[in-house]
Amino acid sequence: MTDTLAKTPLHDWHDRHQGKLVDFAGWAMPIHYGSISNEHIATRQNVTLFDVSHMGRISFEGPDAADLLNHILTRNVLKLRPNQVRYSVITNESGGILDDVLVYHWLDSAASPRYSLVVNASNRNKIVQWIDDHRGSFDAKLIDHTTQTAMIAVQGPKAIQTVNQLDASIPFAEWKYYTGQPVSFCGLDCFISRTGYTGEDGLELTIPAESALGIWEQLIEAGQAFQIQAAGLGARDTLRLEAAMPLYGHELDEATNPIQADLGFAINWDHEFIGKAAIESAANAALDRQRIGLMLDGKRVPREGYSILDAAGQPLGTVTSGTFAPTLQKSIAMGYVIPSAAAVGTELFVDIRGRHEAARVVKLPFYNRNSFSKGS
Amino acid sequence: MKPEELLYAKTHEWAAIEDVDGQKIATIGISAFAVEQLTDLVYMDLPQVGQQVTAGDSFGEIESVKAVSDLYSPVTGEITEVNSSLPDKLEVFSDDPYGQGWIMKVRISDESSLSDLADFAAYQKQCAEEG
Repeated sequence: MTDTLAKTPLHDWHDRHQGKLVDFAGWAMPIHYGSISNEHIATRQNVTLFDVSHMGRISFEGPDAADLLNHILTRNVLKLRPNQVRYSVITNESGGILDDVLVYHWLDSAASPRYSLVVNASNRNKIVQWIDDHRGSFDAKLIDHTTQTAMIAVQGPKAIQTVNQLDASIPFAEWKYYTGQPVSFCGLDCFISRTGYTGEDGLELTIPAESALGIWEQLIEAGQAFQIQAAGLGARDTLRLEAAMPLYGHELDEATNPIQADLGFAINWDHEFIGKAAIESAANAALDRQRIGLMLDGKRVPREGYSILDAAGQPLGTVTSGTFAPTLQKSIAMGYVIPSAAAVGTELFVDIRGRHEAARVVKLPFYNRNSFSKGS
Repeated sequence: MKPEELLYAKTHEWAAIEDVDGQKIATIGISAFAVEQLTDLVYMDLPQVGQQVTAGDSFGEIESVKAVSDLYSPVTGEITEVNSSLPDKLEVFSDDPYGQGWIMKVRISDESSLSDLADFAAYQKQCAEEG
């Protein structure tokens, strides 16, 4: 099955370490190495390593790089400070979400500023094409580094200590969250940022593909003191869901605009970008549906596509992601409902294969590392 | 129970058949292979004592973090007993799938479907192909 799929530079390591490989956006990726729950808990309590090399890594050079990105992104790239990383969305003319991305403003040693995007694996070709189609007269060059590099996410409260054991010369602990830099790490030219998709502290390392296995194995070795383990896409999904981070193809798609998705924070209104007029109208009109979080009384799991109902069984919306949350030990979901059902505390039901299970709208995120008590 | 002595459905349930006072009683569970494939079990529904089950038909469901799976009865008959402590300690499925992890006992009413079940060697071969 996995023979026709793209392989990350760490593929053979996953295969040798009981990684259960599945097709994810055309890549053979580990869904888990034995237990999603254990990998999830290890991320919350200690540190784990994720191979996220399938994510698209694109950089931009040239005098108009910032102007081109400003035309494409809801974020005003000109306002990014050097080393700053921000979450943004890319929308089409009608305000529909084409992708959600991280945009990086690297402080390069060279004179010209440099920007990068990390895009979803499933959207990489679409976004490269989209940017190419909207390049116009901007003097900017797009370079897709995805296959020449690997990306390792080191996540959890012990992440920085672990990475510093490989190279103590970089003061990661002093870096602000959502900043990053090109650095010489273990003698390699890398891009490292204090970012992640788990709701924990951590670093994401973009390194040359040929050095990926060596760095990965050194990180595993360095993290032994913290019971480090590799974690797969299954735990990545349950972790991001507890942290209420949307996932493209689930909470986000081209039929959804950033206002419905509650991503207004990712829009800077002080610049022009594709989709701005449509999103502005959406922001000023009554919403037809909005993203919410649900917590259930029972342990049955609300899955994607299940109907959200009122007490009389009338449909109010649909689940877009659901799981049994390993940290919270509760069944949780994100989904969309009509605004009159979206207030925190609203009692709703989810149709779980014919049975209407009680659920309640809760404040997002479900889990916040700064307020969650770990002394259980 | 020894896995070598059990019969297996293609859908990964096991059955241990005993003669009790001239009646055939099947104890039913799910295989270690199935537990490993499901991973991270979080919820299951037990069937009711007295309920009729049919070989190959669903008698319940089991949920993991990632997915929900149907449980299929390997035999036809009436449920005489269920392991009522199981839903509160799903970890026994991984700790002791052929012992404390039993799900239900069924008084077999029609033995014809038993010939569809695989022995240990044939089942191991199936798992090797799926794994």
